[in-house]
Amino acid sequence: MTGKVQRAGQVIAIAGVATLLGLLIWKVAFDNEQGAADKLAKGELVHAPAFSLDRLDREGTLSLAALKGKPLVVNFWASWCGPCKDEAPVLQQTYERYRDRGLVVLGVDVKDFREDARRFMRRYGITYPVVYDGKGSTIGHWGIQGYPETFFVDRTGKLVGERIAGAVDIERNREAFERGIALALGDQS
Amino acid sequence: MTRLLALCALVAALLAGAATAAPSPADLEAELVCPVCGTTLDQSDAPIAQRMKRYIRQRLAAGASEKQIKAELVDQFGPGVLAEPPKSGFDLLAWLVPLGLLVAGAVGVGLIAWGWSRRRGGDEADAAPVALEPELERRVDAELRRFES
Repeated sequence: MTGKVQRAGQVIAIAGVATLLGLLIWKVAFDNEQGAADKLAKGELVHAPAFSLDRLDREGTLSLAALKGKPLVVNFWASWCGPCKDEAPVLQQTYERYRDRGLVVLGVDVKDFREDARRFMRRYGITYPVVYDGKGSTIGHWGIQGYPETFFVDRTGKLVGERIAGAVDIERNREAFERGIALALGDQS
Repeated sequence: MTRLLALCALVAALLAGAATAAPSPADLEAELVCPVCGTTLDQSDAPIAQRMKRYIRQRLAAGASEKQIKAELVDQFGPGVLAEPPKSGFDLLAWLVPLGLLVAGAVGVGLIAWGWSRRRGGDEADAAPVALEPELERRVDAELRRFES
């Protein structure tokens, strides 16, 4: 009986250790999903990760699939983020300037209060579509590391240009911003 | 007897009062997580954490209950905003699994200890005095006598 109890204890202990080891291996081997931003930085061809989220500018939801065929400037922001305030007028001007050519500026409000975001939109006169991602479900897929971040998507749904981390159209990234728009519109290749 | 009953009633009333007392902002800040930095609100000075603290104070001042405030924040930021997982649905596993492991561990340790104690008892029984060879016994007695004299 004693031997059996001891063996059972050993089996349980070994099974516990094996389970923990298995979980560790699985975590290391499979749980290392790279965001689109990382792939883009490595020069890989990346499709814009899909999402479908509630709109803040009006009722209903908006999915990325619904914007297929349109060049996009996708901007991740939050009302509590300082640089987001700096870039808001630039994004609105960009939307107004390129709207006739089909360009859509799409705001994704992340980890924010809905009402704060709506107040922000009113304050900065934002009229382009904005969706709400309070839970931050897009962060991992897109590889967002801070706020704001901006991506460019061409008419085929591929990410083009480079990700802009920080407010757009300041001295250090003006060129990248304009190039991203040109690539999304198909003016450059 | 009457005094004892009165004392029990008083203690029960105090306990019930404590259970229904309005939560303080500090209580809630320790039970909610900043969605950007991942620490509890009382440990964070991130802009969104500061905003959430203001929200909690405003809602408490408006008479909202702890449950209501948590539900509203979960609606905005998802269940990840709760420092402790809810005690319902799939999240209940987060409470039951550690408890189950603790009970299984205690049972396992108990069984092993029981097994050891039984084996030790058996070893002691096995260690009963063994009769010496007559010649050897005679020599041991002689040595002991010599030692004592």
